[in-house]
Amino acid sequence: MTETIVITSGKGGVGKTTTSASLATGLAQRGHKTAVIDFDVGLRNLDLIMGCERRVVYDFVNVIQNEATLKQALIRDKRHDNLYVLAASQTRDKEALTQDGVERVLEELKQDGFDYIVCDSPAGIEKGAHLAMYFADRAVVVVNPEVSSVRDSDRILGLLSSKTRRAERGEGAGAQHLLLTRYNPVRVEAGEMMSVKDVEEILGIPVLGVIPESENVLAASNSGVPVIHDAGSIAGQAYADAVARLLGEDVSMRFLDAPKKGFFKRMFGT
Amino acid sequence: MSLLDFLRPRPKNTASIARERLRIIVAQERATRGGPDYLPLLRNELLEVIRKYVHVDTDAVQINVERSSEGEVLELSVALPEPKAATGT
Repeated sequence: MTETIVITSGKGGVGKTTTSASLATGLAQRGHKTAVIDFDVGLRNLDLIMGCERRVVYDFVNVIQNEATLKQALIRDKRHDNLYVLAASQTRDKEALTQDGVERVLEELKQDGFDYIVCDSPAGIEKGAHLAMYFADRAVVVVNPEVSSVRDSDRILGLLSSKTRRAERGEGAGAQHLLLTRYNPVRVEAGEMMSVKDVEEILGIPVLGVIPESENVLAASNSGVPVIHDAGSIAGQAYADAVARLLGEDVSMRFLDAPKKGFFKRMFGT
Repeated sequence: MSLLDFLRPRPKNTASIARERLRIIVAQERATRGGPDYLPLLRNELLEVIRKYVHVDTDAVQINVERSSEGEVLELSVALPEPKAATGT
């Protein structure tokens, strides 16, 4: 049984690709055969975050246009041999992605025994974003605790419940999860940033995970190693927790509170 | 909160402002979602017409599409401002 999961958000720059890379890696670490696909035609970036940019020979569009086989285009991860990356095309026009073509690739991955297909959606609500979510069984909506991101996420939730194959077939929207990124508990406590509870209440769907703002995320993308590999970082641990919850495990939320200040700091501030 | 913080002006709680603004706009956008694409335009044109006669706020016109087994109902509500004390001319 293959499960297709879309990582989407509406707004750009909130951490979709970072999340796709870490969730896919986490699923593979847990022993599931996983493929992660970049749907951002023209703005390929998942390859950089996964650290396989120099090994891209064929891409998603090549496979759709029968210029390469899926086997040729799938890039096996350096660290996990049950994890594969399918890069987006860098040069073609966006029309190259077709609904039939995407369906054929997803179907072939299912035949090949993949347990999870993670679809990294582009920002916006255009064709690439539409196709990334169209065949999904579940959706992870990545959101920053910030007004424009939350509003766009709500727009995406509306599309998820009406413009997917499941919805069109009357099977109802698949499971939807929120994943908050760039969360800063200190600013939440100071009343400068919306809390997890605020965002959850406004959007009305359950939270899969909260990734605290962390310098390790940039370090991870700098070096092309998904941050979930950095088990010493809180962001890496928060992603590992999110993967466990995605697999149905009951894991309590961590890193939601600001670190307690010592006596001196409490008296005299920072 | 440190002792020295009492000497500084407290910043406003902008998170709660964000939350309230989002609550309103998200509810409004959900109400028109799935309805015909002309709803926002219809709303704006209605607002213009109403404003010729009464001065109302931009969020005074609410449009809702209710679906039931008998069909769709376009629900329209206009909040009129409180009548002011007569300003004799």
